[in-house]
Amino acid sequence: MWAVSVALIPVFVVSVIVFGPRALLVLAVAVLSCVLTEAFVQAFMLKKPVTVSDGSAVVTGLLLAFNVPVSIPLWMVAVGGFVAIGIGKMAFGGIGNNPFNPALVGRAFMTTSFAAPMTNWRLPLVFDGSTGATPLGIIENAAETGMSALQSELPSYLNMFIGNMGGSLGETSALAIMLGGIFLIARGLIDWRTPLFFLGSLAAFTGIFWGIAPESYADPLFHVLAGGAMLGAWYMATDMTTSPMSRKGRVIFAVGAGLLTGIIRLFGAFPGGVSYAILIMNALVPAIDNHIRPKRFAQGVIHEKA
Amino acid sequence: MSKTFPMGGIHPPDTKISATAAITPLAIPAEVAIPLGQHIGAPAGPIVKAGDKVKAGQLIGEIAGFISANIHSSVSGTVKKIDDVADPCGYPKKAVYITVEGDEWAEGIDRSTTLKKEITLDRDAIVEKIKAGGIVGMGGASFPTNVKYMIPEGKTADTLVINGVECEPYLTADHRLMLEHADEMLVGVEILRIALGVEKAVIGIEENKPDAIKLLSEKSAEYSGITVESLHMQYPQGAEKQLIKACTGREVPSGKLPIEVGCAVNNVGTAYAVYQMVQKNQPLVERVVTVTGKQVSNPSNFLVRVGTSYAACIEAAGGLPEDTGKVISGGPMMGMAVADLSIPVAKGTSGILMLSKTEARRPEVENCIRCGACVSVCPMGLEPYLIEKFARADKWDQAEQRASMDCMECGCCSYICPSGRPLLDYIRIAKGEINNRRRARASQ
Repeated sequence: MWAVSVALIPVFVVSVIVFGPRALLVLAVAVLSCVLTEAFVQAFMLKKPVTVSDGSAVVTGLLLAFNVPVSIPLWMVAVGGFVAIGIGKMAFGGIGNNPFNPALVGRAFMTTSFAAPMTNWRLPLVFDGSTGATPLGIIENAAETGMSALQSELPSYLNMFIGNMGGSLGETSALAIMLGGIFLIARGLIDWRTPLFFLGSLAAFTGIFWGIAPESYADPLFHVLAGGAMLGAWYMATDMTTSPMSRKGRVIFAVGAGLLTGIIRLFGAFPGGVSYAILIMNALVPAIDNHIRPKRFAQGVIHEKA
Repeated sequence: MSKTFPMGGIHPPDTKISATAAITPLAIPAEVAIPLGQHIGAPAGPIVKAGDKVKAGQLIGEIAGFISANIHSSVSGTVKKIDDVADPCGYPKKAVYITVEGDEWAEGIDRSTTLKKEITLDRDAIVEKIKAGGIVGMGGASFPTNVKYMIPEGKTADTLVINGVECEPYLTADHRLMLEHADEMLVGVEILRIALGVEKAVIGIEENKPDAIKLLSEKSAEYSGITVESLHMQYPQGAEKQLIKACTGREVPSGKLPIEVGCAVNNVGTAYAVYQMVQKNQPLVERVVTVTGKQVSNPSNFLVRVGTSYAACIEAAGGLPEDTGKVISGGPMMGMAVADLSIPVAKGTSGILMLSKTEARRPEVENCIRCGACVSVCPMGLEPYLIEKFARADKWDQAEQRASMDCMECGCCSYICPSGRPLLDYIRIAKGEINNRRRARASQ
């Protein structure tokens, strides 16, 4: 699990550069809250050995912080961390037993409980760090205003790629996310199929609408770079515990999450849909594992007699 | 690109520290205990009694069923008693105890090292001789070899696959045999090829034995039917189904034997034993055993008479290291820990491995984090984590539906598990239980 924290270093660095030193505070509170909750539950409620040194609570804390705006009050982050670990993980029996991604449970709780602070987005410091909409927020009513009228408000693709745009702490830089993600693939810790099929199906789905009505819908590249798609595809959907066990199952899971993200983004009440898309697919993992079995040795082999 | 099997598998460090140790005959002990059941199937029936004089190579236990094998004395001397001896699992097995006197061989056995290449026997006579010589598969499973060559009606074979893979870490007995007895072994392969009635024989050897690949490729040139296949290193390539897949591209279906895809598989050690019996009249009474371990002072390959104690082999390799945590019969992946070093070497004993206390320690069992590593390394395409879960919950029907019986117990899942879960232990329990239930269903 510590390897995941190492992989998140580029994202961590970019979040501090883009959003300033307060990002450090948010990250510290989220990690502390997650680690302390896990230690507390294990030591005093379950009366079991404390295993926070496995690093998994740290990862949950980092991912939770990467999913909130930099302006969020710190006590809300602490509550989010408590919910993520306490309810999202320990209530199910701790590591390996949680059906939902704990960081996303924490985020979903915060989005519904603290709706305004959770959408109080800040622009990057280079743009004075003032309150401003995320790219997905900007295009939310594109169907009425038309995409071309919004172009001047949107960041360039280059800025979206390196992380120079408004959004949650860790979701802005596709570059930083991919750096760590490739490290995890190289170490064999995540399956490359998950981000590929997640982003691929999101691009395909949004691409269909863009192809039909480019004035009303953003193009697929925009959807891949905007919002939490990158962070979700590389770090949330790849969580071992809450994704399927077989390669085929993981492909189905990733395609489903990509499609749901597209559906929520284009037709849902929220501008972004990554976290709910992944949570819904998390719920389907037991069913996927039950029906999708790995290819057995000599499955379906009919040997022709020489 | 050298071939291998495409699905699953792992790459443990091969640790072949005894690879350069030439085969040396181990001194004949003062007493041997020759188990009557050294093979899969019915134990042989004893035909000697206490006080009988026997010679080396003399029949002392007679084949007792379709799947069974003859047992011969490995030494000359006097039968002391017929009594229990522990097998590597610790279960008592009947054995013939013989007090050794000299080293006199039964009549007709040619102990010279002269190579006898000319094969005079026909197919049936060869199979009969293999049966008489008590030859069993020497790769570990000890299945009676003659049975493999009685091809069921309606089936035909076209390829003989010879297993020189030795994919278990540490073990080097087959490697040394290929290097030091290549000529005899190739004659053995030729005999088996005739016995199977096929044109083609493929010897599969992994790339970590380049000297053996080179030597056998050169020497096999004079046999038109024999080819050597260099295989990419990957465990468990020595498993029958994986080896056939790697060498021929064919897949043996679930629950079926290699003959289903026109193949028979034998180990290089078996080919050598077949040569000894068919050409020189020497039944299977000795074998090469690798005695090894990182702390062992002289990792060795000994030519051991069947019935010699493990302790004698270990003594000859420099004694039991002080730090020993486990003594394993076989290799580290599929071998089993033995509780008693007085147990005898049998026809299927490929190695005696001493692991240090640190190496022998099993990791603490942690929660399954559903990483899926066990699924991706399983060479049979099973879901070890799930079978373990079913076995823990006594859900035997579900364990059976998930193809538990296809498991060949290679141990890749337990090896790779980052949470140190005893996956194979539970799969074995599931297999045992499923077998019991199948038997119960059949007897109703």
